[in-house]
Parts: sequence; C-alpha cells; structure tokens
Amino acid sequence: MVIRPYGDTRDDGIMQFSFTLPMPYSIKSADVGKQFLEKLGFHTVAIAECKAIDPQYTLFVAYGRTDAGIDPDEVKGDYLEVDEMDYYAINGLIKDKLGRKLSVVGAAIESDAHTVGIDAIMNMKGFAGNYGLERYPEMDALNLGSQIPCAQLVKTALERDADVILVSQIVTQKNIHVQHLTQLIELIEAEGVRERFVLIVGGPRINNAFAKELGYDAGFGPRTTPLEVASFMAQEVVRRHEDS
Amino acid sequence: MNDALRLNADVVDRARAAASAIADDIQQHIERHTTDTTERATLRLLGISGVNEIDVPLVNVVAEHARELLPGGIMRPFVDLMIQTGKNAQQVAEGVAAGDLALADVPAERRAAAETRAAALAEEGVARIDAVRARRNELVAETGEAVKPYVYVIVATGNIYEDAAQAQAAARAGADVIAVIRTTAQSLLDYVPFGETTEGFGGTYATQENFRLMRKALDEVGAELGRYIRLCNYASGLCMPEIATMGALERLDMMLNDSMYGIIFRNINMRRTFVDQYLSRLINARAGIIINTGEDNYLTTADAFEKGFTVVSSDFINEAFALRANLEPWQIGLGHAFEIDPAKPDQVVYQIADAQLVRQLFPGYPLKYMPPTKYMPGDIFQGHIIDGMFNFTGIFTGQEIMLLGMLTEALHTPLLQDRYLSIKNAKYVFESCRDLAGEVTYKPGGMIEQRANDQLQKAAEQLEHVREIGLFTALEEGEFADVKRDPRGGRGFEGVFEVAADYFNPFFAALREGRMSGAPAGPAPGASIPAAEGGH
Repeated sequence: MVIRPYGDTRDDGIMQFSFTLPMPYSIKSADVGKQFLEKLGFHTVAIAECKAIDPQYTLFVAYGRTDAGIDPDEVKGDYLEVDEMDYYAINGLIKDKLGRKLSVVGAAIESDAHTVGIDAIMNMKGFAGNYGLERYPEMDALNLGSQIPCAQLVKTALERDADVILVSQIVTQKNIHVQHLTQLIELIEAEGVRERFVLIVGGPRINNAFAKELGYDAGFGPRTTPLEVASFMAQEVVRRHEDS
Repeated sequence: MNDALRLNADVVDRARAAASAIADDIQQHIERHTTDTTERATLRLLGISGVNEIDVPLVNVVAEHARELLPGGIMRPFVDLMIQTGKNAQQVAEGVAAGDLALADVPAERRAAAETRAAALAEEGVARIDAVRARRNELVAETGEAVKPYVYVIVATGNIYEDAAQAQAAARAGADVIAVIRTTAQSLLDYVPFGETTEGFGGTYATQENFRLMRKALDEVGAELGRYIRLCNYASGLCMPEIATMGALERLDMMLNDSMYGIIFRNINMRRTFVDQYLSRLINARAGIIINTGEDNYLTTADAFEKGFTVVSSDFINEAFALRANLEPWQIGLGHAFEIDPAKPDQVVYQIADAQLVRQLFPGYPLKYMPPTKYMPGDIFQGHIIDGMFNFTGIFTGQEIMLLGMLTEALHTPLLQDRYLSIKNAKYVFESCRDLAGEVTYKPGGMIEQRANDQLQKAAEQLEHVREIGLFTALEEGEFADVKRDPRGGRGFEGVFEVAADYFNPFFAALREGRMSGAPAGPAPGASIPAAEGGH
C-alpha cells in the first residue's frame, strides 16, 4: 500500500525543512525559498522562518506538501536480520556448540582515531544497557583501540587465531573509510586467509549491503547494540564450525 | 557563588596536596629528560622555519642530524656553528639541510662564548613572543572584550579558506572563540606540516601559515563586530611544544594543552608527554595563551555518573602541572563535561552538582565546559534540547568557556546553520538565566551538595592512591578513562633522552624571567551588526 508523509491528516504529505541558501537576506528571500521547494515538487509551501544568519547566508524553515508516495513492500534490500539472543543464551551457544572460547579482535583502523564505536561494542561496560564483548565469559575479546594499521590488525588476528575481526570506521570525511576498508580486505585476501575470519564492520555510514559489496560478511550501522553483534558473531561462527 | 555548596575544606586540601606531590614526582622526571620535539621547538624559538626539498621541516632535519647531541641540548652546538660561520639561525639550518654544515660537540674553549650568545638569542626569541602578547592586549583594548561565558565553536572543513569563511559567519552569529579542529591523526605526526593547506580529514592541518590566515580572518571580523575574537588550536600530540611556539608567534589565544591527554587517548609515550607538556606550557604561559585541558574525554570512555570524580582528580593534576609551568590561574582552562546519560532520572541535577563542584574548587580559573556528545541522538530536535540543558547548567554554575553542543553532533561536522542554531540556543539560555544563580541557594545536605562532596571525596582518595603508586604506575593501571598504558610503550618513546650533566637550554630560564602578567582587558563589546530579521 502506498503511503505518504503524515502531518495531521492521512495522506496530507506534509514535510518540514530547514536549509540555508548562500544569498544575503532581502525582501524577496521568502519567495526564493518557496520557489526552490516548488522546484523540488512540493506544493502549498509555507516559509515559517527566513532570516540572515550572516550577511551572505539566509536560513529557511519551511513546510510543504508532497503528492509522492511509497509502498514499503516494494523496498527490497540486503538487510541483516539478526536473531537476537540474550547474554546467557549467547554464552551458552558458544559453550555448547563451539566447545571453546570464541576469539574476536577489534580495532578502529588506519587514520581513524575514534574509539567510540568499537568501545561501545567491545568494552566491558558496553552500551545501551548491554554488556560489551569483553564481559562475555565465552569470548576472548581484544580491543586494539584506534589508529591500528590494517597489517597490525591482521597479524594480531592470525596470532590469536581469531574467529572474528571487528572493524570500526567512524570518521568518513571524503569517503576515506571506503579506502581503509578496501585496504583491509585486499590485505586479508593477499595473505590468503579470508576464509579464516568472520569479518564485520560497523560505523555510522555502514549498512549491511554496503559491507557485503566491499567483501565483508556483515555490516552494522548506527544504534547497533553489543547484543546484536554478539548474537550474529556467535551464530555465524557456530554455523561455520558445524559446516566444516 | 564560591561558597554556594558547603564542601568539605579538609578534603579539598587533601586532594590538592596529593596532586601537588604527584606533579612534584613527575617534575623530577621532566627535569632529567629532553625530547626531540623539545629541541625542535627550541630551534623554532630561534626563528627557524621552512622545509627541505622533500617537505621535511628544517627543524626536524637539524634535530635528526644532531640526534647524538640532543642529550646535551641543541642550543650550544647550534649557536656555536652560528658563531663559527657568521650566519644567522635560518642560514645555519639551511646549511645543515644542504649538507654543507655539520653540528658537533663544542670544544671547551668555545663553550662560554656559545652559551653567552645563546642566552642573548633566547632573550630575543622570548621578546618576539612578548611583542605578540602586547599586540593582543592592544587589540582587545581597542576592539572590545567579549562577555563571559565565551561562546566557543569549532570549524573543521579541511580547507583553511573555507574554515575562515565559516569562522567569520560564526563570529557574526555570536561566537567568541573559534577552534580549528585538526585533521585526523595530526597528533601522531612527529613533525609539523608546513604552509597553507586546503585538504584534511575531519579537520584542517595545524600549520603556522594556517594559523596566520585564520588569525587575519578573525581580526577582520572582530574589528567589524567590535569584539576581539579568540583563536584556538591544539598544542597536543607528538609536537606539543612546537605547536605552542607557532601559536605564540601567530597570536593564538587558546590552546588545547593537556598534561595527560596524549598518553591516554593517543597512546603517546607517557615519559615523553610529561616532558613535552612542560615546555609547551611554559611557552603558552609566556604568550598569554589560555590552555584548555581535556578531561571531557574521560567521560566518553568511562561512565560520567560513576566516574565523574576522575575529571576532578585530573583537573587537580592538570592544575598542579600548569602552575609548575608558570601559568597564571586566568590562563588555566580546566575541562569538564556534561556527559551523564540523559535517560538517567535527575541527570541535570547531577550535572549541576559536578559542574558547581569544579567551579568552586578552581575559583578564578576560566573553566571550559564541554557539551554532551556520547548520548547525542540522531533526533536533532531532542539533541537541541539536551544542548539547552547543557547551556543552562553552564550559566547556572558560572562556567567561563562554553564549547557549544551541536544538534547534529551525532551526524556530521557542523553545517553553517547548525552552528547558528547552536549559538542562538546558547545566547537565549545565557541571557535569560544570567542572574538566576545569584537568586537561589542550594539546599543544605540536598542531593546536589551530597553528590558534590561524594565526588570530591572519591577524587581525593583517587589522588592519594595515585600519589602512593606514582602517576606512571597509575596510568599503567588504567586509573583514568579506564585506559591502560605501558610506560615504555606508545608513540614517540624513541625521542626521549636523558639529559647530560651539561644540558644547556637558555629558553627555560628566559621564558620564566620577567614575563608580563594578567589577562587582556577591553571595553564591553561594540554593538554587533544584528542579523536582519526575516519576514514571511
């Protein structure tokens, strides 16, 4: 079924906007903003605010209506639907089915100095009320921290015979994260060890489809909790173990 | 306001005494060591700049060339070579880089002459810093002084010209301090890049030329607004004292300059960082620069409710090191942050307790209060309100440097409009609540007073424990931010040298002697050009 934005009546199509145009404020600014939104296909445009935020820039807050709609059933993609388990069930699964500790190495690679993502997933304390991977008794989790060269990450993973490599990429200006993530995959493939690891990447600009396109096994975006990652890791490592 | 909360004065004394002892212990290590960047900063203070044909800074070329001589200090052999060749410092550095000149141990009979000349050159170098400081004082007096709390915002486009345009827009919207975020990983470069730059990742290279360009842009907009606009950068990482030197010469007004940040968050060797922070702070002290410390970072890794006291402990340690480096209280912008989970009931009550505690512990210090980051949602509308509560807590507890939160914190580097909206938010809250704190009193024995005394108590206990085991061991054991560091590990350890018995560097004395004192003062800001009010 096709749906439209809901303002206060079904199908009214109301959306809110805020944007800045690089022009000095003048008496006609409101019309410039209005006509810009009309060019985008909106109608019944109302400029709620239009003012100079600098001599050269004008800020707009506006509302407009759209006739466009979308059918959610027609949206197809590669979504990672994790069968989320709880902390005890995950540890139980590893203990029963793998019969040894699951080893995971994580890092924010290359120039990325931001550990907030990898810490949220791995550190003892965890995030959003979930324990981090270091807390799991059935996991041997090592968080290498930030700015870890790809080569060092792979070397450590090999030394520890890791099951999972967890990569975080937070800083993404000018798409540098793509370059780093590709570099890691190329290195792992060049070493001929791609099959030895479940490779997972997470970050604010990451989704599963994108991660797979780059050659990773899974990608997690913003708002991911340690439980989701831990569930996926445990299930995937156990699945591979049972297949082999 | 400074006795608004009844704090246990004995515990305050205990905490400060412990921090002082901790710093004294480390100061002995500092006195016994030098580093490659300390010696390179010394060369920069002599006026050397520029790079060789493969873009290596001349000061790096010289320091690398003279590596064996560094334990004795670069000054004596370098100035001796100046005397022997009759060349100035820049020419000697260029000669060394070209391979035409070589530095060597100074024979006994030439030492006295070299040292005398070096001491005179050090005084000249310091006089250059003094002139820049005097110029700031003049400009503030002529232009006008911002009203505290200072509104501090960040630009980070990677392109210094774009940064300058955004900084001017931010100043016109009400910003008093502009910080130019550095490009990712500059802190780990063991050299300072040279020249103007128009590309960076997540920020803009800190170079002397970029400092100069931004300074010019801010002076222009300051004159237009009738308000001196302050410039901030980062004297941190592997080149702390070198960047402090550049900032002193280009009239930066603030520097992020923490005694332990690099160790904990950038894995820079601790033995190196303590040595580096000392000269960098002596330079900042001389230049009339306000340092900002980085305690907010602790709360991005450790929990702000449980570990809020580690901020207080670290503030005491940073204070102790800063005072040993000759900084005056008005220059010591100790850091703290608003990072308790907004989902926690009474979050703001606890934030007020923590902020008021720091305010009362460090009277006369321009405290830097950092906004929420860790729990900022993608829902920018909600985020804007959380930032409003941060602004409220800041004005209510008398913070002096407010790094404004951005509603899009969780999403991207701030858009032009984000910065504007954030400044509007802050200005509204500051002006509407300016006199509130003077009108109310804290409930004796209430939640706020209890929380503050509890955090103080824990900080004092932590500091006494650190004094017991020593700061190196404490960092090794992860006392701060839950991060553990190896005293012999981390970056830059190879650049730490035990000083020889005849170590010679006259800048240390020159920087301390006969300095100016006091903060710049100016009239209230002129009427800023009001943004045109829009219509419908």
